[in-house]
Amino acid sequence: MILPGNTSCQGCPISLAMRCLDEIENPVLVIPAGCSTVVAGLHPNSAMKIPVIHVPFASTNAVACGVKEAYKRAGVKANVIAWIGDGAADIGFATLSASATRKDDIITVVVDNEAYMNTGTQASLSTFWKAKTSTSPAGKADERRDLALIMIAHKADYVATATVGYIEDLRRKFRKASQIEGFRFIQIHCPCPPGWRFPSEKTIEIARKAVMSGAWALFEFYDRKLRFSGIGKKFAEKDNRISLAEYLKAQGRFEHLRDEDILAIEKAIDEEWEILKRFSGE
Amino acid sequence: MDLEPIISRMKLGAAGETGTWRNYRPVINKELCNKCKTCFSYCPEGVISEEIEIDYRFCKGCGICKEMCRQKAIEMVQE
Amino acid sequence: MWNLQGNVQAESHRNGSRVRKLLTSNEAVAEAVKIAKPDVISAYPITPQSPIVESLAKMIAKGELDASFVRVESEHSAMAVIHGAATAGARVFTATSSHGLAYMFEMCWWIAGSRLPAVMAVATRSIGAPWNIHGDHTDIVQLRDAGWIIGMAENAQEAFDMTLQAFCVSEEVNIPFAVGLDAFTMSHTAEVVEIWEPEIPPRRQAYKVLPSDNFAVNAVTMGKARMKARYDLAVDLENSAKVIEKTDKDFGNHGGLVENYRLDDADFAVVMMGGWCGDAKDAIDMLRQEGFKIGLLRIRFLRPFPKKAVKELGCEVLVVDKANSDLRGVLGIEVSSCGVEAKNVVAGIGGVDVGVEDLCRIFKDFMNGKLEMEWYL
Ligand SMILES: Cc1ncc(C[n+]2csc(CCOP(=O)(O)OP(=O)(O)O)c2C)c(N)n1
Ligand code: SF4
Ligand code: SF4
Ligand code: SF4
Ligand SMILES: [Mg+2]
Repeated sequence: MILPGNTSCQGCPISLAMRCLDEIENPVLVIPAGCSTVVAGLHPNSAMKIPVIHVPFASTNAVACGVKEAYKRAGVKANVIAWIGDGAADIGFATLSASATRKDDIITVVVDNEAYMNTGTQASLSTFWKAKTSTSPAGKADERRDLALIMIAHKADYVATATVGYIEDLRRKFRKASQIEGFRFIQIHCPCPPGWRFPSEKTIEIARKAVMSGAWALFEFYDRKLRFSGIGKKFAEKDNRISLAEYLKAQGRFEHLRDEDILAIEKAIDEEWEILKRFSGE
Repeated sequence: MDLEPIISRMKLGAAGETGTWRNYRPVINKELCNKCKTCFSYCPEGVISEEIEIDYRFCKGCGICKEMCRQKAIEMVQE
Repeated sequence: MWNLQGNVQAESHRNGSRVRKLLTSNEAVAEAVKIAKPDVISAYPITPQSPIVESLAKMIAKGELDASFVRVESEHSAMAVIHGAATAGARVFTATSSHGLAYMFEMCWWIAGSRLPAVMAVATRSIGAPWNIHGDHTDIVQLRDAGWIIGMAENAQEAFDMTLQAFCVSEEVNIPFAVGLDAFTMSHTAEVVEIWEPEIPPRRQAYKVLPSDNFAVNAVTMGKARMKARYDLAVDLENSAKVIEKTDKDFGNHGGLVENYRLDDADFAVVMMGGWCGDAKDAIDMLRQEGFKIGLLRIRFLRPFPKKAVKELGCEVLVVDKANSDLRGVLGIEVSSCGVEAKNVVAGIGGVDVGVEDLCRIFKDFMNGKLEMEWYL
């Protein structure tokens, strides 16, 4: 759904995720400020094969809701997609929450590169524990906010986490979301070469290491039940994981971490898995 | 009313011939390639065809295809 | 006179195809919106606007109006919802006041820049700090630079007529249209309104986005595109005056961009806008009886600004403002930008009561060359 020769950086995860949009029928994209805006094409060109409505940073889900309402009344079939960054999910959080609560019949996709990349890698609420960004030069001290869990708490019709590291799994989740009616939410883990400081050929490897080390859990929530996704299932068991250090040490944003930092992060990750497991009943 | 300033039209190479960004060129060794299409699936730019031909006008030379190829059929050659 | 519940039970009687009803301006706006049959309405509650959208919600619940009403968590989202709906081709409406307008400000720029027709009622109320729920024009004047048509009604009849006209004009010129009505003195005060049902043409707009399209709207621009868009909007906003004037007779014959009140032989002209112009007219009638040759130029549209009417005043001019920028009133700045040297008084900010007698005093001081105080505190 995205044409070659676009503005994305070498090894860009968002460009890769946009390619997978061909799994969704009749898509209409609503995109706020962020890398995706730029990747989708600078005026007078559009790099997308589908219609794109560019909108202000905090407005995406509300605009998408309005688009869908109008289509519904006119009998137009469409999958309206609010395609937002983790930063847009910060500033548009109330809007996202209202959209989920109304059960707007749209798909929300968060391309989560764990920072405000488009403005120069400032920390977002999704930024990983202790990661260096331009606004957390000594490493982020705050929590990492878990959007997907929050969306489950909204009783959304479909919630999934995905990653550009496992493209078939991501495509399946797009397909599945496309076939469900109601509020659908997919958060895609998007390792970003310039922002996380790793070489452009490592995007997929790092994305996979995130899953294998337990740093990024793959799951789906539908019919009121949480299920770990096939590919990531085995990493629910800590024994099956690779060491967290292997994931972190591959990225410049964690170059400052000491062993005790990594242990602290591991503890935070374990706690998250405990919550997820309780949700899933596994 | 002139809508041109707010409308953008679909274009292959919206950012021009991005192949000029490349420092290294991925070269496929056809003898080693088993057409598993992994490189096709993971190329962020979508410049590898299902027949496993690379469109060098737009390939940015990120090297993901090389990393993903289990057959080690892709080599990155300095431009 | 005051009706804080906002739902007057009035006996209405038929007068040809017109029905006379006792309505607040809020209710008059809601009646007009019902006649215009919008597809999508979205709004967030704020005093004194809330009764407008509450009335509309009730009409929808009763089946009198077939529209989607989207409940949102903020005014920013209310404007975003109608922005999206308009992009997809729907007729849209929202309403707000004061802090609500400030909160949706970013989206106000976007809907105008996107050249989307839309109608918004603004029950004009003071913006904090400190908190104040009463009327002035400090909220709506902020829309001046965003690229909106901004009308200012004087009474419930005009609020009704202007709201209907707003859908017609906005959809012809592809510019959003705000209808201003004063907090409480209009929004919550019942007056007799003649309701009729003019034919509003089906929704028109310059473009809409459908799933079968493959273009993008509002991508990042470089070079001159943004400036060109801004220039086009400014030109079209200026030219919307013709459409406003042309359609004026179909919507109550209120005079187009301005209303001239006893100006023909006047030596002194007062320039004002909004609900208190009714009081200004009473003050002028009284002063006329005392022999003062004074009249009122009532600004019905802050955008497009009636520059020609202001320039043609040709007498001594006083501007009385309900909104200030620095020490100067906003309307005062607008009038002086037309090359007209005018005295300027700021009054009634935050709902400070300014009655007929106060206006008489201000006008008299002005005519006697004794106007000292610029702020009527
Ligand atoms: C109201 C507002 N505040 C700030 C900005 C500046 N801004 C543009 S994009 C951006 C960050 C985007 O971050 P994210 O949503 O994570 O997308 P990414 O660029 O990382 O893909 C910011 C802060 C803006 N456009 N609007
Ligand atoms: S900064 Fe990262 S997410 Fe943004 S375009 Fe570049 S690679 Fe993609
Ligand atoms: S990944 Fe390697 S083996 Fe598979 S198709 Fe590409 S070049 Fe051929
Ligand atoms: S180097 Fe990157 S852009 Fe070029 S073909 Fe390989 S994956 Fe695609
Ligand atoms: Mg981001």
